[in-house]
Amino acid sequence: MARMEIKNLMKRYGQTEVMRDINLDIKDGEFIVLVGPSGCGKSTLLRMIAGLEPISGGEFLIDGLRMNDMRPRDRDIAMVFQSYALYPHMDVERNMGFSMEIRGDDKIKRKQRVLEAAKVLGLENLLSRYPKELSGGQRQRVAMGRAIIRDPRAFLFDEPLSNLDASLRVEMRLEIARLHKRLGATMVYVTHDQVEALTLADRIVVLEGGNIQQVGSPLELYERPANRFVAQFIGSPTMNIIPVSPAKNGVTLANGTKISLSDMLDLNAAAELGIRPEHIDVLPYGTGDFDAESEVVEHLGSDTNLFVRVDGIGPLMVRVHGNVPNQPGDKIGLRFQLHNTHIFSADGQSLGQRITLAA
Amino acid sequence: MSDTTRRNPMLMMGKSAAITFYLTFALFPLYWLLKIALTPDRLIFTEGTNLAPSEITFSNFTSVLFKTDFLSYFGNSLIVSLGTAAVTTVIAAGAGYAFSRFHFSGKKIIIAVMLITQMFPLLMIIAPIYKIIASFGLLNSLSSLIIVYTAFNIPFATFLMQSFFDGIPRDLEEAAMMEGCTRFQALRKVVIPLTLPGLGATLGFVFTAAWSELLFALMLISKNDTMTFPVGLLTFVSKFSVDWGQMMAAGVLALIPSCLFFIFIQRYLVQGLTSGAVKG
Ligand SMILES: Nc1ncnc2c1ncn2[C@@H]1O[C@H](COP(=O)(O)OP(=O)(O)OP(=O)(O)O)[C@@H](O)[C@H]1O
Ligand SMILES: [Mg+2]
Repeated sequence: MARMEIKNLMKRYGQTEVMRDINLDIKDGEFIVLVGPSGCGKSTLLRMIAGLEPISGGEFLIDGLRMNDMRPRDRDIAMVFQSYALYPHMDVERNMGFSMEIRGDDKIKRKQRVLEAAKVLGLENLLSRYPKELSGGQRQRVAMGRAIIRDPRAFLFDEPLSNLDASLRVEMRLEIARLHKRLGATMVYVTHDQVEALTLADRIVVLEGGNIQQVGSPLELYERPANRFVAQFIGSPTMNIIPVSPAKNGVTLANGTKISLSDMLDLNAAAELGIRPEHIDVLPYGTGDFDAESEVVEHLGSDTNLFVRVDGIGPLMVRVHGNVPNQPGDKIGLRFQLHNTHIFSADGQSLGQRITLAA
Repeated sequence: MSDTTRRNPMLMMGKSAAITFYLTFALFPLYWLLKIALTPDRLIFTEGTNLAPSEITFSNFTSVLFKTDFLSYFGNSLIVSLGTAAVTTVIAAGAGYAFSRFHFSGKKIIIAVMLITQMFPLLMIIAPIYKIIASFGLLNSLSSLIIVYTAFNIPFATFLMQSFFDGIPRDLEEAAMMEGCTRFQALRKVVIPLTLPGLGATLGFVFTAAWSELLFALMLISKNDTMTFPVGLLTFVSKFSVDWGQMMAAGVLALIPSCLFFIFIQRYLVQGLTSGAVKG
């Protein structure tokens, strides 16, 4: 069990600084998910925690103990690699028991532990196979088994599900959630997948270009993004961003529509309005805040995506719950749900949002 | 496999023909070697270019084995080649691992220098090498050959080993280290077992190179009892005649260790040992 503190962490490769001033406190037993666009430093941060990548500046502590110069083997952290990294010359049983083999645990105990873990992961019939004789999902489970067998202080996952097909991903996602519940261990998990991040995380860390953009619970990030980047990165489909100009007690859209946000503070710096597709209401033509014409309609079953065009504003995406009879070319009225409206300044910082102030 | 056969029989026939042609081309000299070794002396010139001799004899082999110093040459060659192969492979494996995994200052320079050593014609450096070996008092010793061969084979062997290490995903070592291995343990338990094909190939390559080397052996060895096989072979050429039969018989015998060696290492040369390590 482990509490991790990351203080002013910095990483340089030669002259290029790829991460700067990372501060993060991970509570014992917490499930932290790192998200961010490709190349933002997720793997690098994970590898610094693991001890596989030297730390160029700042401090990393586990349970108050400085880890900067500690070898990976002395940190007692298990890692599931993006590539699985199974030992190709060992069968599943030996792969899973390898850490115990290195530690010098006796064979009978080892066999027993491997069998237990294999049962949890449904691998008990594959113990004598070699990695090349396994499917992707099976390899992934062996990689997990290898990590859970040794009861480490913390688990690190680097996009462990990225190569699995959709249904297997869902299954493994649940497996990981169950694992976290059962072991109560600290976990740091890197993913590209929104759903994984939102469903697994206690807290999500959004990284961009080597900086932390925001840390918070999934709901916090969804409802109160600190800036435009987070607002657009979290949530799918992506938030609509519309240029606006400040007005008295509100903002004015480019087509002249006034959105009144009377209780929001300091709108003088307002430059953009953000609204998620699911927070725009569709009304009969002429009865909304403004009118639009739908261009593409996607029926997803549970939801319908409308790609609409608004004169003077441009394209917007609207998501409506359930199946709606709209056709491309239909004229409709739209209205923003005011309490779910975000306002950003020109440099992308959030100027607050009604939900926080109304509460 | 069977799919392609069914789809295009012409292509398969073409392939077989090409392989047959290549094999004939490559193996014909060996056949000729064997043929002459088995031909009685008096028939060598009369039957000249016949594909098969009308009579077969093993006398060339028996006289090579029992009436000449062949066995001593053979033993010397074996010591030199095995010694060279072992020493070179150990050093090349270490160097190749370092080149593959570590960043250190001067790495590029060392690689460049190693490449440059491969560019000189050997003839140019024979004299200085001779002087150096002589001043160490190592002339006519087998160890001089081992030293020189090792020095000359290391660059290529290092690059060969490096490429094998490069082929092993770093993740594997890192995973091992996460699981409690020191770097050395990770090397021993994970990397080395996966590098066996590479070690086999390097051993084989260096062994063969040392086994057939003539130039340095000729320069550095002049005493009969430390002669290696290629030099010894020249003793079958006397001033007035060449004893073709015995020379060829010796040649056939000299092929045996190379063949044995490759049979021994070929199971390590099987590719695909790392498959399944990573997803894909
Ligand atoms: N060995 C290296 N030398 C120089 N730069 C590196 C090195 N390794 C990574 N980087 C840089 O560090 C940055 C962060 O890389 P990292 O692998 O952590 O990204 P990531 O967030 O994991 O991306 P992805 O989602 O694609 O896996 C990238 O810009 C990358 O170019
Ligand atoms: Mg990565």
